[in-house]
Amino acid sequence: MSAILNIFGRTPLARRKAFWGLALIAPNTIGLFIFFGIPVLVAFGLSFFEWNGIKPPEFAGLDNFGRILRDPLFGRALANTLKLALIVIPLNMGLALGAAVLLNQRLRFRNVFRTIYFLPVVTSTVAASVVWTWVFQPGLGLIGIVPGLGSMQWLTRPELVLIPIAAVTVWQRIGFDMILFLAGLQNVPRVLHEAAVIDGANGRQRFFHVTLPMLSPITFLVLTLNFISVFQIFDQVFIMTQRTTPGGVSGSATTLTYLLYQTGFVRSEFGYASAIALALFIIVLFITVVQLRLQRRWVFYESEAG
Amino acid sequence: MTVQPVRSTGRVSAAPLDHIGIGIRVVSYVILIAGAFFMLLPFIWMASTACKPDAELAISPIRFFPENPSCLEVAGRLYEQSPNFNRYLLNSFLVTAARTIGQLITCSLAAYGFARYKFPGRSLLFALSLGLLIVPFQAILIPEFILIKGLGLRNTFGALIIPGVFSAFALFLLRQAFMQIPIDLEEAAEIDGANPLQILWRITIPLSIPAIAAFAVITIQAAWNDFLFPLVVANTTDTRVVTIGIALLQGQRDTPYNLIMMGSLIATLPMLALFVMLQRYFIEGVAQSGLRR
Repeated sequence: MSAILNIFGRTPLARRKAFWGLALIAPNTIGLFIFFGIPVLVAFGLSFFEWNGIKPPEFAGLDNFGRILRDPLFGRALANTLKLALIVIPLNMGLALGAAVLLNQRLRFRNVFRTIYFLPVVTSTVAASVVWTWVFQPGLGLIGIVPGLGSMQWLTRPELVLIPIAAVTVWQRIGFDMILFLAGLQNVPRVLHEAAVIDGANGRQRFFHVTLPMLSPITFLVLTLNFISVFQIFDQVFIMTQRTTPGGVSGSATTLTYLLYQTGFVRSEFGYASAIALALFIIVLFITVVQLRLQRRWVFYESEAG
Repeated sequence: MTVQPVRSTGRVSAAPLDHIGIGIRVVSYVILIAGAFFMLLPFIWMASTACKPDAELAISPIRFFPENPSCLEVAGRLYEQSPNFNRYLLNSFLVTAARTIGQLITCSLAAYGFARYKFPGRSLLFALSLGLLIVPFQAILIPEFILIKGLGLRNTFGALIIPGVFSAFALFLLRQAFMQIPIDLEEAAEIDGANPLQILWRITIPLSIPAIAAFAVITIQAAWNDFLFPLVVANTTDTRVVTIGIALLQGQRDTPYNLIMMGSLIATLPMLALFVMLQRYFIEGVAQSGLRR
């Protein structure tokens, strides 16, 4: 008995503290286990089964994963997601960094600008997507103030539909990344700038040779967060295509998360949807791991420079 | 060698850094104003459309401001088209409040336990909790749905609230904040005979208000704007949240866009108001959520 109790501490006081500690963490830890831990395990297991939610699940081995490789819709969804990443991430990071650099100066009204740039972040993606669907409405939308763009079928042409989806995503993301870049800029040691000035560096040289290198850890972080968020794009696709062809004409707007939703909740193929979910998770995990490894290099670099 | 004079004549060295030439100043303002215009344009377009009568929706060239503003009439027709819209707003409000308060309770208890108490398995349990942060929620959507259904929670408020009460992210954020509080204060209270819950409630939480406010606004915003999960687990008139209400409105092909914009405007205004009032905490929360992850 006392041997068991010794696990919790040698003295009665230590034991009492250990019990308090366990009691304090119990609600959240148990809740996390039930609502997140178990689903993670189930998600993994379910991808080896075929199940429509009604009949009992049937073991399918690796069939679902083989299907992923053959399914043209999965290929299209992956390609669409990567295309979105290619449009959204450079545009968004460039604009966010630009805004952060401008707002890092001692300018009047900088807080007003910061507030305005951040407003789309607190707007729901659903409301934002609804507004942008209306912006891109052929013949009626705001896009018509640019000559030639008003009559294009933005939301129904397969080669165009990713542009409105990218537009709303960038609009909603700039403010978020701007805040991260601003935090990074404020962490650049002043001494480095002062030293560069003494060495005769002008503003542009200081930006490229002091600010940008010192900002690289943040840039990597922002890049990772951006990749992860692009792989989670769903609301925009759902809202912007539901009025015409859900998921876009022949899947032209279908992203991985949208495909997961359609497979699981429209077609009730839980097993196959779980395999898609696992693929999504592996991709996100891969991006995170790559970032962590690269970041380790950056931290080393930083300490060497400083 | 060169650093020495800089330190002694701080003002001289500060000048080239802080002084912004008039040219750069003008260019900066021009870019910032153009940027602000683009960020605000969709909001203006939303509000102006929400006040346009049907006849003005299809006028070309496009009009920025309605000729006959009819906001109230459009709002009235929104409630004709979607009679339960206020119910959806109320549902969103209830779910958001319950999730935020619930998370504050479970996560501050757990954060305090992890921050201040030693018990077997502490590091492992903490690492496992944080490990969940890597898993994107979409990846466990299907088992989550099956679990909710199995527990008989589908189409109840329980489905919308209970999973949202537990959070690895809030646990991490609050633990960081609690660990920065000087432990002497808590020890003094302990000697005075206070139990851990009293110490947490009277000392630790009051001293962590900025961190808690940052966490709360982020949680509120995420809960209010949530869409995919509610869509999957609670899509009945009684339990629908406002984001689904907007999606439904837009999904009916005959709904004119002034009604949809009015609905979006009504659903967006509470968050915009909250942000403008508490923006310091929002920005703090974003900086933390991004940087510490």
